[in-house]
Amino acid sequence: MASANGKLLVTAILAVTLAAGAYSAVTAVFDWSDELIAANERARIAARLNSVLEPALRGRDLATTRLDVVDPELLGTDGPIDVFVLTERGAPMATVFATVAPHGYNAAINLLVGVSPIGAVTGVRAVRHRETQGLGDAIEAAKSDWILQFDDKALTTAPLAAWAIRQDDGQFDAITGATVTSRAVVRAVRDTLLYFEQHRDELYARAAEAAAAAEANDR
Amino acid sequence: MNPTTESWRAATAPLWRNNMALGQLIGLCPLLAVTTTLVGGLALGLASAAVVLVTSTTMALLRSVLVPFARLPLTLLILAALVTAVDLFSQALFYDLHESLGIFVPLIVVNTGLLAHAENVASRRGVAFTFVSALATGLGFLFALATLGALREIFGSGTLFAGVELLGGDGARALTLTLPFDGMLVATLPPGAFFGMALLLALRNRLTAIRPAETASAPEAPR
Repeated sequence: MASANGKLLVTAILAVTLAAGAYSAVTAVFDWSDELIAANERARIAARLNSVLEPALRGRDLATTRLDVVDPELLGTDGPIDVFVLTERGAPMATVFATVAPHGYNAAINLLVGVSPIGAVTGVRAVRHRETQGLGDAIEAAKSDWILQFDDKALTTAPLAAWAIRQDDGQFDAITGATVTSRAVVRAVRDTLLYFEQHRDELYARAAEAAAAAEANDR
Repeated sequence: MNPTTESWRAATAPLWRNNMALGQLIGLCPLLAVTTTLVGGLALGLASAAVVLVTSTTMALLRSVLVPFARLPLTLLILAALVTAVDLFSQALFYDLHESLGIFVPLIVVNTGLLAHAENVASRRGVAFTFVSALATGLGFLFALATLGALREIFGSGTLFAGVELLGGDGARALTLTLPFDGMLVATLPPGAFFGMALLLALRNRLTAIRPAETASAPEAPR
């Protein structure tokens, strides 16, 4: 049995070595990729932020302050969402909500909604969704122009009841074959504007405070 | 037939005759899910091929020194570590592509075809045979993924190589072909995956039926 025991011992040593090797290899890859992945994430958000700003602001070097905001009623999720307040020399130029449309066809739809200081939509983009391919995925700007119809719309440009699709006597076209998706997005954009209307000053104040704190930290 | 030719034939069988997806019908979940475009199929195929090559070759190297009952857990250990690394690696270098493949990169770890290869081939054959056979398995799966992806992209979207810049950088964008028709939606939807798969299976069965002599002698995988 000596050789059988020997083999068992070799196996045990190999198993421990392999486990340690696998552990350090994964750790090494993680350490190497960590920064890169975070940078990719930031680049993605920055590129996306740009896409919902009004054309005049795109590519301009605006100071961006990220806030955590919670409002399950109007922002579509129980957790905090990211709100970006973009300022130039302290003056708010735009606010971007990473809002959630909770009633998508297959799952919640993650949206970016850009809002100008006067409360008009400057752009909407679907960031992550699981809508049906070929039907609901027309909310992607790459696939159709549907999502562009929100540009320049504000709560003041039409009565609140008109913030709906045409089938529901509203002002927005629905995507053919994706009524549920269309309703979900229209409602999420409307709710985001309502939230902005109610909390604009608070958001700007929080952003100014956060920017001042960051500046104090830098010194 | 001399033994060298025979073992060469057996080792390369997974390329076509014993193809993981088209012959053994394994790994169909990622196959059907990511092949809406050629680029998606290529990316997942490359990742799977790299994983099976390293896992099986390592297990073949360790074959003679391991007690048999330790093989499966160690195979799983290597598979898991490797897939985690591939997942992080692709997030770091091909972020947008990784986004579009979603959960199917980490799910390579539960691809039975890869585990079956490490269990059936790497535990019985030598390192050289296993290496060739693992390469054939990976390339065979890549071939199935790419073919189905190309089929569905051509008929579903009327393009080929759309999104190639996610894999090859902006310079590769010129590869994208736009065909002079719009495509039928059904090909990109899940039913289209099954239609395409059925066509490929029928084609493979037809071709292998013509040459029955070539269908024998490949290790059977557990289903």
